[in-house]
Amino acid sequence: MLSQKTKDTLLGPLNVNNPVVVQVLGICSALAVTVQLKPALVMGIAVTIIVAMANVIVSLIRNTIPMRIRIIIQLVVVAALVTLVSEVLKAFAYDVAMQLSVYLGLIITNCILMGRLEAFAMTNNAWDSFLDGLGNGFGYAIILVIVAFFRELLGSGALLGYQVIPDSWYAAGYENCGMMMMPAMALILVGCIIWAHRSLNKEEK
Amino acid sequence: MNTNSNTYTIVYATIVVIIVAVLLALVSQVLSPRQAANVKLDQQKQMLVALNQELGADPAALYESLVRDTIDRENAKPGIFRFEVDGATKYVLRLHGAGLWGGIGGYIALDEDKNTIFGINFNHESETPGLGALIVEEPFRSQFIGKHIRDAKGEIVSVVVLKKGNQAENGEEQVDAVSGATITSTGVSDMLKENLCTEYAEFLGTVIGDGLQVTGEEENVEPIKEEGE
Repeated sequence: MLSQKTKDTLLGPLNVNNPVVVQVLGICSALAVTVQLKPALVMGIAVTIIVAMANVIVSLIRNTIPMRIRIIIQLVVVAALVTLVSEVLKAFAYDVAMQLSVYLGLIITNCILMGRLEAFAMTNNAWDSFLDGLGNGFGYAIILVIVAFFRELLGSGALLGYQVIPDSWYAAGYENCGMMMMPAMALILVGCIIWAHRSLNKEEK
Repeated sequence: MNTNSNTYTIVYATIVVIIVAVLLALVSQVLSPRQAANVKLDQQKQMLVALNQELGADPAALYESLVRDTIDRENAKPGIFRFEVDGATKYVLRLHGAGLWGGIGGYIALDEDKNTIFGINFNHESETPGLGALIVEEPFRSQFIGKHIRDAKGEIVSVVVLKKGNQAENGEEQVDAVSGATITSTGVSDMLKENLCTEYAEFLGTVIGDGLQVTGEEENVEPIKEEGE
């Protein structure tokens, strides 16, 4: 159904061309929202939607954009999209909007967006750009979820807010790792993931 | 057409900005009534939570059935609401304060004696998930229920939030802070003190004497420290 090129565009970012562990983009938000699994999931989904939409829009107008102000135009597109999504959510899904409050604004400064717009959408057609946006969004979300999984499990003894470490362990002297709550641990975990990822993908380099 | 000429660049930028501005303004105009309704409903839900009510399918109707009268200046202090829950009068006061990263707020429900805390609810703009954000969770909130905001003489002293094991210096009633979230916890403590001792002092019916400082010195401010390292 999908040609090889389309497949690469969509699935490449999930593994061999992952935006976080290979392109090393979007690290800043990976630190901020991975203390718990739930915000990480929500942020992953939100970024996926916005990258895909921004990619399509920039791809459609790519031939009209003056080269000297292209970054500004890309930024305007992203900022307008984020504001639109946030306004619509506030009107139709208030609870979700409240949960996303901080993270939604963070998307504007997410380097993955600028990276994909500049590297892909400026030179490819709308459909490919859409797939590229989806792929990179998912690739970003996967890493966020992995990091958040370990930080919430080891830092709070819970997953998605539900306690998973039994009380008997705490009674026996087990303690949550407070370090996991610090942003620095997200960086160290991302480092570990990059290490594992590079080791697994040695032959392809 | 030369897309790199100065004229084209300036015209292009102007058009893009105008389109985006009109679009955003339009969307904001169209959606603002819905958003305002959502904000109002959210506030009503928060008050119901402060009153220990199950929200159920129709929180707005439940709110209407309980509320008696209000002094509300559009989300500004003071916001005083009188409710009738199971035949007893409850007062709900709106709180505003500052946490670590942004504003915090909430609603405190008092019994008719304007002393005993019937229930409390907090909200925050951007406290850290898993740490400061835990103030909105039930285990932290439920500690307040049944505490008294006045000392033995009847003066308003608020309730202080203190790290486990510490003792309030002036004999106020106290609750345990969220561990690892000292600044947010102190923020909650300061918010309660400032709101109850000054903002609502007139309503609560006690003139603040010279002896009652509102500086929050007894709050035991500590540097941020992670527990369990």
